[in-house]
Amino acid sequence: MSETVKAPETTGQPADSAVAAAKPAVRKDPHAEAKRQRVVTPEYLFLEAPRTKEFITGSEAAKEAIRRSNVDLAIAYPITPQSETMQLVGVLYGEGYVKEYYRGEEEVGVMAAIAGGSRAGVRCYTATAGPGTLRGLEGIASWPGHRLPVVAMFTCRVVNAPLAIQPDNIEVAYLLNCGMIVFHAENQQDMYDFTLAGFTISEKNDVTLPVGVCCDGFFVTHARGYVRMQDRSMKLPPREAWRGAVPVLDAENPPARLSRDAPVQKSNFMAYNIHAVWQQEVWAAVERSRKYINQYMGGLLTAENVEGAEAVIIASGSAAAQSREAVRICAEKGIKIGLIKIRSLRPFPTQELRALCGNAKLIVVPEFNYVGWLAKEVATAIYGFSKAKIIGGPRVYGGQSMPVELIVDEVESGLTGKKSTNVAQSSVMGGAVNQDDVAHFMRSI
Amino acid sequence: MAKRFNIRMAGVGGQGVVTGSHILSTAVIQAGGESTIVPFYGSEKRMAPVESYVRVSDEPIYEIGEITFPHIIIIFHPQVITHGKSYTMPFYFGLKEDGIALINNDGPMSLHKDQARELEERRAKLYYFPATKLSLEVSGMDLCTNMALMGCIGAITGLTTVEALEQSVKDRFLGKGFVVSGGTAALDSVVERKFKKKQELIDKNVAVIQAGWNYAVDHGWAAPTVKRSEARATVGA
Repeated sequence: MSETVKAPETTGQPADSAVAAAKPAVRKDPHAEAKRQRVVTPEYLFLEAPRTKEFITGSEAAKEAIRRSNVDLAIAYPITPQSETMQLVGVLYGEGYVKEYYRGEEEVGVMAAIAGGSRAGVRCYTATAGPGTLRGLEGIASWPGHRLPVVAMFTCRVVNAPLAIQPDNIEVAYLLNCGMIVFHAENQQDMYDFTLAGFTISEKNDVTLPVGVCCDGFFVTHARGYVRMQDRSMKLPPREAWRGAVPVLDAENPPARLSRDAPVQKSNFMAYNIHAVWQQEVWAAVERSRKYINQYMGGLLTAENVEGAEAVIIASGSAAAQSREAVRICAEKGIKIGLIKIRSLRPFPTQELRALCGNAKLIVVPEFNYVGWLAKEVATAIYGFSKAKIIGGPRVYGGQSMPVELIVDEVESGLTGKKSTNVAQSSVMGGAVNQDDVAHFMRSI
Repeated sequence: MAKRFNIRMAGVGGQGVVTGSHILSTAVIQAGGESTIVPFYGSEKRMAPVESYVRVSDEPIYEIGEITFPHIIIIFHPQVITHGKSYTMPFYFGLKEDGIALINNDGPMSLHKDQARELEERRAKLYYFPATKLSLEVSGMDLCTNMALMGCIGAITGLTTVEALEQSVKDRFLGKGFVVSGGTAALDSVVERKFKKKQELIDKNVAVIQAGWNYAVDHGWAAPTVKRSEARATVGA
């Protein structure tokens, strides 16, 4: 790390500094630098603070985000490819940047403990991956209903059989229906920005929901990329739990909402009504997070050269990085092509896509999983608002890299009607496609 | 248009395939370009297949993962072809049309007729380059084979310089917190003992890089703008 550390400013620790200055032989306080951090507003941190560029891994980018996030409680449980991330957060605990840190028993315990920490009013962070995500999913799926602000990182890897310690983002499909906010990071920079913004958005009163920051494991966590970061002497304001949508739990405040609406085992009108109320609250809160995503992250998606394009690639995560190269190759071949990168999967940029894809003729959705969850999301969002033919592919999975050439091939096959040479499964939907193609797609889902 | 080369390197354990790709990648960045690498290890052991993927360009690189369709293939050891010691079979699988295969061998190899035909169909340029022989001649040992190949490919791509390659070698051996695997670190210390002094090690590596660079220029393989490296690259402290 080559960041320059600013000279300490008056930060409410004058006594310590004075003592340390008076006795030069005194043991150096390992928390000294953390104690000198000063709180700045999220608006200043995200939108104004100067940044310096570093060349770091995705795990290190997450660590640097946590350093500036004023986290109270981080709980680790190792699973590849996330282990290094939480290990680095442990280093931050040693340096005093994170107040509490421990290794959980396994993911069920971790997610339950994170729920407890968040319910008690402190800022919580954890990370897991692949099989760990699914093991912890029971707890994770209950966080939104209980209105628990949390940031959890998911460094996606294979979960379906045959199991592999390889990249594959199928686990995102399971997270999409929990009621949590879900971001998908393309690179190390996104890992950093989305994590920091995640805490702020998660704790907004009219949101009060967990945020999942997903990335494609290994490709982002283990590879280095350029990350522009604010100075490490700054951090977010602490969580102000009283701002939350539900009261926090302590010795005097029982979990009132949960006591009132205790798990209702009777099948009666009240039970259904309570369930409807909780879930309506959750999904309305997801909707309300849109304005904060626009404010702090610059939008739910980014769009380049979509106007007047012959074809548009829509991608998220590492598939967006691959698509940037496909755009370059298509441009060299004289194909006018646009790129839409989706940052936020929940809430999903439905209105934005309808506006952008109204005149599109061909949409190609490359993905790092077998089922094509993003293609389905896109098709659902623009149904009735676009006549575009949608090619759900190329798809790679089980750890395969995505050759950029496969994306170009799908674009060309979509434009010319020639058969795609992809070995990987792809599928066609929407637009004026022939029924055989549609039938093939229906069989494929 | 952007100059872009996706390079797949295949060799066997102990040849420094990954080390070579690090040195090329760092040298391209030193020279103002962009580069990323993806090493692919199987079981790390001597003479077992190793692949490494290097992307070099004069523009930002977003792509990640292994390279399936390379512009250039570098074969570090003839056994990659003759014994099939490779994760990618046949060795030219995925090579783009008009691509380059740089093969470490003392002369043209007799390829199976189907393979020769397929290479011809995609108009592949086969460059047989005696890297190990050159390494022995210049440094007195075969361990600089990877350096000869990196010098040669540096000239072919035209995206770096001998000076940048030299700086890259220095960074690698004089330390800049480079993280290597345990096996590679052990090999490094053996190499260092053999040369006694790091300076001598660097000198010999750079001499081999320069010889490889000039071999490419002399055989007309180099990028149009690339010139012979005449001045003996200065080796500073």
